[in-house]
Amino acid sequence: MTTKLFGEPVQRREDPRLLTGRGRYLDDLGPDALAAAFVRSPHAHALIRDIDVSDALDVDGLVAIYTWEDLPGRLAEPLPLLIPHPALTHGRTAFPLARERVRHVGEPVVMVVARDRYLAEDACALIRVDYEVLKPVVGVEEAAQGARLVHDDVPGNVGAHLVQQAPSADGRDARELIEDAPHTLAFRLDIERSASMPLEGRGVYARWDADDSSLRVYSSTQTSTSVRMAVAAKLGLPLPKVEVIAPDVGGGFGVKIMHPWPEEVLVPWAAMLLGREVKWAEDRREHFVSSAHERAQVQFVRVGFDDDGRVLGLEVTILHDHGAYTPYGIIVPIITSTQLPGPYKLGAYRVEFSSVYTNTVQVTPYRGAGRPQAVFCMERTMDRIAAHLGLDRTAVRAANFIQPDEFPYDQGLTFQDGRPLIYDSGDYPQALRLLKELIGWDGFPARKAAAEAEGRRIGIGIGCYVEGTGVGPYEGGHVQITSDGRVHVSTGLTSQGQGHETVFAQIAAAELGVPLERVSVVTGDTRRFGYAVGTFASRAAVMSGNAIALACRKVREKALRIAADALEADPRDLEITDGVVHVAGSPKAAIPLATVAVLSNPLRYAFDAEAVRATQFAGTSSPDRPPVDAGDEPGLEGRDYYSPIRSTFASGMHAAIVETDPLTAEIRILRYAVVHDCGNLINPMIVEGQIHGGVAQGVGGALYERMVYDGHGQLLNASFMDFLMPYATEVPKVETAHLQTPSPLNPLGIKGAGEAGVIPVSAVIASAVEDAEGIPIARMPLSPSDLFDLRRAAS
Amino acid sequence: MPERVHEITLTVNGTVRRAAVPGRRLLSDCLRHDLGLTGTHVGCEHGVCGCCTVLLDGEPVRSCLTFAVTVDGHEITTVEGLADGGRMSPVQRAFAECHGLQCGFCTPGFLCTVTALLRKNPAPAEEEVLEGISGNLCRCTGYQNIVRAVHRAAELTAEES
Repeated sequence: MTTKLFGEPVQRREDPRLLTGRGRYLDDLGPDALAAAFVRSPHAHALIRDIDVSDALDVDGLVAIYTWEDLPGRLAEPLPLLIPHPALTHGRTAFPLARERVRHVGEPVVMVVARDRYLAEDACALIRVDYEVLKPVVGVEEAAQGARLVHDDVPGNVGAHLVQQAPSADGRDARELIEDAPHTLAFRLDIERSASMPLEGRGVYARWDADDSSLRVYSSTQTSTSVRMAVAAKLGLPLPKVEVIAPDVGGGFGVKIMHPWPEEVLVPWAAMLLGREVKWAEDRREHFVSSAHERAQVQFVRVGFDDDGRVLGLEVTILHDHGAYTPYGIIVPIITSTQLPGPYKLGAYRVEFSSVYTNTVQVTPYRGAGRPQAVFCMERTMDRIAAHLGLDRTAVRAANFIQPDEFPYDQGLTFQDGRPLIYDSGDYPQALRLLKELIGWDGFPARKAAAEAEGRRIGIGIGCYVEGTGVGPYEGGHVQITSDGRVHVSTGLTSQGQGHETVFAQIAAAELGVPLERVSVVTGDTRRFGYAVGTFASRAAVMSGNAIALACRKVREKALRIAADALEADPRDLEITDGVVHVAGSPKAAIPLATVAVLSNPLRYAFDAEAVRATQFAGTSSPDRPPVDAGDEPGLEGRDYYSPIRSTFASGMHAAIVETDPLTAEIRILRYAVVHDCGNLINPMIVEGQIHGGVAQGVGGALYERMVYDGHGQLLNASFMDFLMPYATEVPKVETAHLQTPSPLNPLGIKGAGEAGVIPVSAVIASAVEDAEGIPIARMPLSPSDLFDLRRAAS
Repeated sequence: MPERVHEITLTVNGTVRRAAVPGRRLLSDCLRHDLGLTGTHVGCEHGVCGCCTVLLDGEPVRSCLTFAVTVDGHEITTVEGLADGGRMSPVQRAFAECHGLQCGFCTPGFLCTVTALLRKNPAPAEEEVLEGISGNLCRCTGYQNIVRAVHRAAELTAEES
């Protein structure tokens, strides 16, 4: 490899466009499209008795009004249940427009199409829906009691129930080991709802080409390929007649991997029916009440341990609130329950969850996807063990770590991809050493005492995690070198700000030996690449990065073969430098990749001067062989796929020092340190950026963000005025150190990095506040008034 | 009944533009949909996130809280007007250099805010930078690199003036 690009902090190639107002986000497209708007349920649980649209019919610019009764064929059926699981015995999904009953505030009931959005909303305001209001089920514990039902045919509101057990090496189960343990503890933990909350909401824009009977849909999605399949299936269109494109997407963080949203099928349907372009861009209130939330769980923990704090048995029972519907299955509680053991070898582990319906917005993955809850549980447990035994919190963790020579390490559980949970690599003791050094763990007691002498309360906290990243089933990459020497890379998964255009170009440029400027990357456009899964689970770099590398290797091999023919050299003696193939050590025997691309495509017609070389009288091809050999293809291009046997496991540890105000109970983060191991780094600048952003979201979840539902199922804080996301003034400066333990599972040795930053933050802040205050912290988020109440209860 | 529209004239990024808008048309919608300047983004429509920030006679304002008719005759600068011809402004270049953006949706609001901040205070202290950008939300970057970018933009501006 002559071009050193892999591992360099290359500046982002997306930025010039995004910095000058030339980004193309969903609502920047289709300036002449009709606008859709929705009448949404104001009630958490109600029967629809009647819908009266008569007043709305006079609105100037009104084009159409649709209710469930207007929906044809498969569009009238419930939306897909994307990830079925045998334990999800009572999965339920919503209709695109409510049929007879609404189950959460914000559920779409009527779609209006008008000349612009203002007029569409005017019409919505004049539509009268007559509801018979029912008492809702709000909160996970009320749901679990089962006194009232969200779905009449789901007894006890239980959608899914799953138990997983990893017995000890000698076959004893967790309960037995806890009973026999020298020390046991039992406690409860509570985690609130939050949400992805990208600054760009969802949005869909559809164009129907009646002449061609084809549909083009733009969606602010994390999976254009799967939206395409869903739209084709729902509208009964042949797949080749539907294309879906994710344009520039203003953040996703999980909520946009959910699909098809009602609007993703309704807007294309309306465009077909009306023969007009139709667009819908979500507003912020809609996002709060009709997109997805995450996080809410109640956890009951029992743990047995020895005098050194080694966990002999751990039993966790989880109540998970999945909201009104389960379109994304039970991925979130599965991830919580399987990622809970973290970097530790537990003597035996038993986990059980019930995933229950409530009359609230549905729950689908938000960055971290169940892991913040898992880490909160495991790390709170470690701190409680340390407190019980009077040991240093890091010593208890170290006593439980899986050691570097124990990989691959089988946790004995089934992971979210249906495959065994086997950690591929890691070095947890080294990560802890680095973290303790970075934050000054060992010197902290002196610092704390000094602060105390000044009347200040400070505390230090720690949290460790292991994160399954790069889940399958696969991603693909396509690489084409054209006769102008340019390299065109495409992959099917989508981008929401991760810098894929940059990192995938780095990979391609490094693999092919071409200058970075010559490489362009397209993601999330089914016209360019139709097979893909999507961007979630910190998988884009691992999956598409490796697929692109493999595709480049195919292209490189072909380029060398063709160049070897032209140069009458052995392909094994050839190298590619700056886009030129040459004999190693003999730079004069060389041929540019542009020319190789010309030669790769035997021609009858010369479309330009360069192309003459490949025409039939040019004498460049052997008369004894067909111009395109059996098994070969014209063109200098290649396609390959990466499909791993199972996930690769990244890891990390965070520590924080916080100060709590003795009077106001305000919590300030004084320092925040991160040790992060995502294997080989493609672009350290981008990885750091991902960590910073993750930590900021984690701080939001730890101290500020919660979805406040009242007893009627009304979301009381559905605006940025009341749902508190951190500003620059709330987020600490993040100090980072990297470990690079390559993954043995993939050619590039990389692991995912997208979600890591957010995962342990609640655990870390709880640990630090507990250290400062000497009061057990068992719930998140923690506001000053929560801490004030805890102080009062403790005194 | 069709809405009454008002003829307005704005100077946007140095060019005189005319539009016919209903009284309730937000400046953000006018810029984006009537004038085709989609670089200004709308993140909340209630004046909290700062994505829609533009410069009105040089001062940062929330274009989602401003009716287009109320700025008739005024001068507006949007993200499209920050670059000097083909060369990005020091603020834009600093954001690229410091990786101060990820998805880019909040970025135009930050760029306008920071451009105005540095005009008033060419060498802000750390606290002044935090205060200066504390009306803009970003969900991607964690702000650390945005803060670095503001300092870097101040340096670049000083070097080039």
